[in-house]
Amino acid sequence: MTAYIIRRLIYAIPILIGVNLITFVLFFVVNAPDDMARMHLGEKRVTEEAIQTWKQEHGYDRPLLYNPDASGLGRFTETIFFEKSIRLFVFDFGSSDNGRDIGYDISQRMWPSLAIAIPVLLVGLAFNISYALFIVFFRATYVDIGSVVLLVAMMSISGLFYIIGGQFLLGKLFHLVPISGYDTGVEAWKFLILPVIVGVIGGIGAGTRWYRTLFLEEISKDYVRTARAKGLSERRVLFRHVLQNALIPILTGVVVVLPLLFMGSLISESFFGIPGLGSYTIDAINSQDFAIVRSMVFLGAVLYIVGLILTDISYTLVDPRVRLQP
Amino acid sequence: MRTIERFDIRGRFLLGLAAILLAGCGEAPWNDPYPAGDATGNRIYSSFAERPKHLDPARSYSADEYAFLAQIYEPPLQYHFLLRPYRLVPLTALEVPEPAYFDADGNPLPQDAPAESIHRSDYLIRIQPGIRYQPHPAFAAYDSGDYRYHALTARDLRGINQLGDFEQTGTRELTAWDYVHQIKRLAAPWTHSPIAGVMQKHILGFEEYAQSLAETAETDPLQRVARLRDSEIAGVEVVDPYSYRIGVKGKYPQFAYWLAMPFFAAMPWEAEVFYAQPGLHERNITLDWYPVGTGPFMLGENNPSLRMVLERNPNFRGEPYPSEGMPEDTASGILADAGRPMPFIEEAIYSLEKESIPRWNKFLQGFYDSSGIASDAFDQAVQIDAGGEPVLTDAMRERGISLLTSVEPSVMYMGFNMLDPVIGGDSERARLLRRAISIAVDFEEFISIFTNGRGLVAQGPIPPGIFGYREGEAGINPFVYEWVGGRAVRRSLDEARVLMEQAGYPGGRDQATGRALTINYEAIATGPDDRARLNWIRKQFAKLGIELVIRSTDYNRFQEKIRNGTGQVFMWGWNADYPDPENFLFLLYGPNGKVEHQGENASNYANPEFDRLFNAMRFMDDGPERQAAIDRMVELARTDAPWLWGFNPKAFSLHHRWMYNASPNQMANNTLKYRRVDPELRERLRRDWNPPILWPLWAIGGLLSVIILPALWLVWRRERSTAL
Repeated sequence: MTAYIIRRLIYAIPILIGVNLITFVLFFVVNAPDDMARMHLGEKRVTEEAIQTWKQEHGYDRPLLYNPDASGLGRFTETIFFEKSIRLFVFDFGSSDNGRDIGYDISQRMWPSLAIAIPVLLVGLAFNISYALFIVFFRATYVDIGSVVLLVAMMSISGLFYIIGGQFLLGKLFHLVPISGYDTGVEAWKFLILPVIVGVIGGIGAGTRWYRTLFLEEISKDYVRTARAKGLSERRVLFRHVLQNALIPILTGVVVVLPLLFMGSLISESFFGIPGLGSYTIDAINSQDFAIVRSMVFLGAVLYIVGLILTDISYTLVDPRVRLQP
Repeated sequence: MRTIERFDIRGRFLLGLAAILLAGCGEAPWNDPYPAGDATGNRIYSSFAERPKHLDPARSYSADEYAFLAQIYEPPLQYHFLLRPYRLVPLTALEVPEPAYFDADGNPLPQDAPAESIHRSDYLIRIQPGIRYQPHPAFAAYDSGDYRYHALTARDLRGINQLGDFEQTGTRELTAWDYVHQIKRLAAPWTHSPIAGVMQKHILGFEEYAQSLAETAETDPLQRVARLRDSEIAGVEVVDPYSYRIGVKGKYPQFAYWLAMPFFAAMPWEAEVFYAQPGLHERNITLDWYPVGTGPFMLGENNPSLRMVLERNPNFRGEPYPSEGMPEDTASGILADAGRPMPFIEEAIYSLEKESIPRWNKFLQGFYDSSGIASDAFDQAVQIDAGGEPVLTDAMRERGISLLTSVEPSVMYMGFNMLDPVIGGDSERARLLRRAISIAVDFEEFISIFTNGRGLVAQGPIPPGIFGYREGEAGINPFVYEWVGGRAVRRSLDEARVLMEQAGYPGGRDQATGRALTINYEAIATGPDDRARLNWIRKQFAKLGIELVIRSTDYNRFQEKIRNGTGQVFMWGWNADYPDPENFLFLLYGPNGKVEHQGENASNYANPEFDRLFNAMRFMDDGPERQAAIDRMVELARTDAPWLWGFNPKAFSLHHRWMYNASPNQMANNTLKYRRVDPELRERLRRDWNPPILWPLWAIGGLLSVIILPALWLVWRRERSTAL
């Protein structure tokens, strides 16, 4: 397994270079270094001299990808792309264009993101699986049909609706929880209730339908028929046999998102005023802070790759037939 | 035994649950976003939508940042809180400095000397003795006098993650050297001050000083501070510990206004040395993040991704509340605190609130003391009465909310690129075309549809409240309006069509070629909301048969087009730096053209007579002579019509009844110190307005029971049923 993991990590290097290159090109197609300088220096009375000084101080005075004035390897290394990217591979995110240490900010802001993402994942998983099993238990009845209609309707509603609706009902109308905001320590709990409820409800439609499909596929297999023939109750068949065998696709979906929980939610954090990494990324995009955008995309790619490796490993844990080849 | 243990666990759980629920049934509302008991504190609750990028007074140039900075840093002057028109008064200075004039040989000149003869203006600024800085570790010293934290080692920095982790603080008296040090910082290339370019044109020796700093190419932060301390700007000198002199090139009466901006606030060298030490930047402990000032407040918590907290500066001298105002101020009660030492509050908590809906709802619940009005909440808060005046809705009045309005010293205009061969230039044809469009684009309608009526149609480049603005019939733009029945009425479309014919575009077609006149409109369109606005603009031009091509782009590309002069028509705005007509008329000054001179004249308008008058007017004191020059300049601009004059936005703000001393002042940023609150009233009303409504919880519980219990019964029954 170790050899397999090492091989996957080596494969990850060209992927990360590619992701970094695409991010770089996309960002600089829209934002030239001069535009970034203007954004950071303010809109009024910005002189060309000030722009050049800013670019020089922040390392944006070099060519983007290819430096024809340099010689040898310097043509590629003495560029903005190389100088800004190379340190990412040792997880040195450097400073934002505003001068703040990005690594420190990420370490501070991942906790609020996790504080929402983990309860949403766990509660959502428990609810969706339970509800899916319930539907499967009553498959091909009005309960099943009614539930599918309800789930499709819930899937069709925008996530923003759940957020605004939740804020309106629970915060504004019933005065049960704060509409938005966040606090550190134990004071945080009252701010987490609403985003977690909204996150769970917003995920019921898609999540439950997906699990229902998985369970229905399993329930028609021979081993289930055998279990029933042995006289096991339907409840036992579902929980002991169907659920266990449906774990592989469930794990695929769950384990791969585990590392991404750090990244937070872009919309939810903005609306609830949660100082997580989602709002950090949005702020960076709005303020054209390439250093943060680059770091967050890189981190997202790394975490996704880690998630995929974890998924592969988890297969071996839940299915003895699966073995990882070096 | 096991039963007892189980009971214990269950009992504890139920007791805990009951405790949480009972706690919720106590005094504080459940939806209170602040810690329990906070509401009774003498503090103000507000919000901010954009996290400040810079808190260094040499770099910051945005209203969002000034909301914090202006409470902390103190320049020598400030704007009077209540008197209008806006008037400069001393802040840390003893008086507003009167410039002394000198000719090229250094001989003194009288105050009424012609501007051409003035080679240099000296501003002697005398500051009040006894002003002290906020407590800060940069000033902490041993008994020997050596600074405690000016030689920090890696070991010293263990466990230090924020400024508050330094145990010791100190203070010292404000001196003239601090103000001079800040002017040097403005010149330093590494500070990236946005006004360095402007000050190079005005402060004697500033340009040479900036060049000398650039040539040294110093990179070590501590060496940079040392370099500033060891060098002098030729035109700026410390006279004694409480006075300093700034030499200005020629005559520049507007310079005094700059002395009321945070750029010219005092900066102690100790703070610069402290923050320049290795290891602090890596911990994000920088001057740009942790300000050091003499103002009434200091930044107690700086977490712009969550909250910013301004705390009362214990060393603040206690500036008295103003005792004079406008005639209506006595009746309104805003002078009730006259002479009392400020600030009145202990703390101001600003929470990050990016979205307008939660911000508005929390204001209505009483969790913010004041609020602006977002477009989607406007009808809920304000209605227009029979006289066309905005008044509060009944729901707002019932809550005791008050509305304050004022015209902003800003202009939103539609500009023509005067370098464009079709729409621009000095030809009569282009001029008539621009005038026709000026009539056709109905800004009254624009204000009504897109700003909820929050604006005043502009008749020229100068907004109300600024010297040179004329009201009534004398102030209307005769090319677009006529005075009928005591009010300005927009000229008819027929007149515009006649102008189109005279311009050679009858019915919107070029008489020579027969082709439809097509004009490109440069737009910054980022969302679906922009579509309605752009469609409206297209329809305005279509009234004259002009085909308007909307070229939507992002802000970067838009700026690039304006810089390169490749656009034809665009919409832009300007917010005053200071309340002087020069700060608006310079937007039409030829040598300030965007394409040729990279200035702020985005329409690249150039009229020799206008430019000559501008050069004379800028040096004049307010009076009839200056008014006459401005009148002529405005007349020229209206004739040439490089802009559709657009509108001057109106600011609307709402305040709860527990908030006192709120008065709209569009120039002053340091208004927090005037505010007073009644925390007991706030606490009581918050409780009255936010009782937790629990029936939905019981209803949901009941509904779930209705669904789950039969389902469980069905499961149970099914499992026990026999096969057929």
